[in-house]
Amino acid sequence: MVHSLGLLAAAVVNVGVPIGKGLVYGLAAIGPGIGIGFLVGKSVEAMARQPEAAGMVRTTMFLGIAFTEALALIGFVLAFIVK
Amino acid sequence: MLAALSGRAGFPAPGIDILKTPCLWGTNGALCVNRVVIYMLLAAIVTVCLFVLAFRRPSLVPRGLQNVMEAIVEFVRNGIAIEVIGPEGLAFVPLLSAIFVFVLVGNLFEVIPGIQFPVNSRTAIPVILAVLVWFVFNIVGVKKQGGLGYIKSVLFPPGVPWPIYILVTPIEFVSTFVLRPFTLFVRLSANMIAGHLILTIFFVGTGYLLGRALTIPFAVPSFALAVGLTGFEILVSVLQAYIFTILTAVYIGGAIHVEH
Repeated sequence: MVHSLGLLAAAVVNVGVPIGKGLVYGLAAIGPGIGIGFLVGKSVEAMARQPEAAGMVRTTMFLGIAFTEALALIGFVLAFIVK
Repeated sequence: MLAALSGRAGFPAPGIDILKTPCLWGTNGALCVNRVVIYMLLAAIVTVCLFVLAFRRPSLVPRGLQNVMEAIVEFVRNGIAIEVIGPEGLAFVPLLSAIFVFVLVGNLFEVIPGIQFPVNSRTAIPVILAVLVWFVFNIVGVKKQGGLGYIKSVLFPPGVPWPIYILVTPIEFVSTFVLRPFTLFVRLSANMIAGHLILTIFFVGTGYLLGRALTIPFAVPSFALAVGLTGFEILVSVLQAYIFTILTAVYIGGAIHVEH
């Protein structure tokens, strides 16, 4: 009984930790994914409407991507911290 | 069933441990010289050599290396310094282009055959760069606006009714003095760790799939994806160097220009 309980615990840990790691990163990626999609879509719209402002829009777009992406990357780092 | 689940078998997926390499010289303490340390020194030497060799005897009509480096410096000058900071940004072109080239060289080590280790995936290098950037933009702010003026312009943005400051001031403090350098180094190192892990997983996976006759057909797409992702990593390397430099410029610009 005790032996099989120990095996069950080991199984839960061994199966649960990879699932948890995957979930941490997957959940952290949802928001930034939506955000970056929205951001780039709007930037393309702006560039198409006003091609002469394309350079400025592109710079700002990369900045926005960098800020939005940071959240997903913190989730990525967290996935390694989860033990 | 339980016994099978409690032990892991099959493909040994490479984890974060691949970033740790054994010491070549010294012990596992403060003075450990391993492969990565040599690459760090190499990245610094390559950066210095690129600048010195390109601009040692500059000719009016640039050729070869001088041409490449002039294009890079001109890109940093026009595309980043002047566009983000403005005319005052010209003073920061040497700093920005040095950061850009160093980060780029460190990132590109990931795809150079024989090295294949992005130096910036060891967090120490991005941390030092982020601390440098933190000191630079704070010192610039203090010089431009005076100590109290700088603190005031950061913590108390104008145009806000005073009760809002109870909420805004702590947020501004954390975001400017803590989160800025933190996200700066996490962005660079996490991108490089992720890229290195992805490439390692696909190349190691190709080797693993070649091991058995049954799985050899699956090794072909794995290898194709690994090669394709190598190209993608080159793009990521350049983009991350660009983003690191442009964020440095944004922080410096924010310290120079007082918000009205």
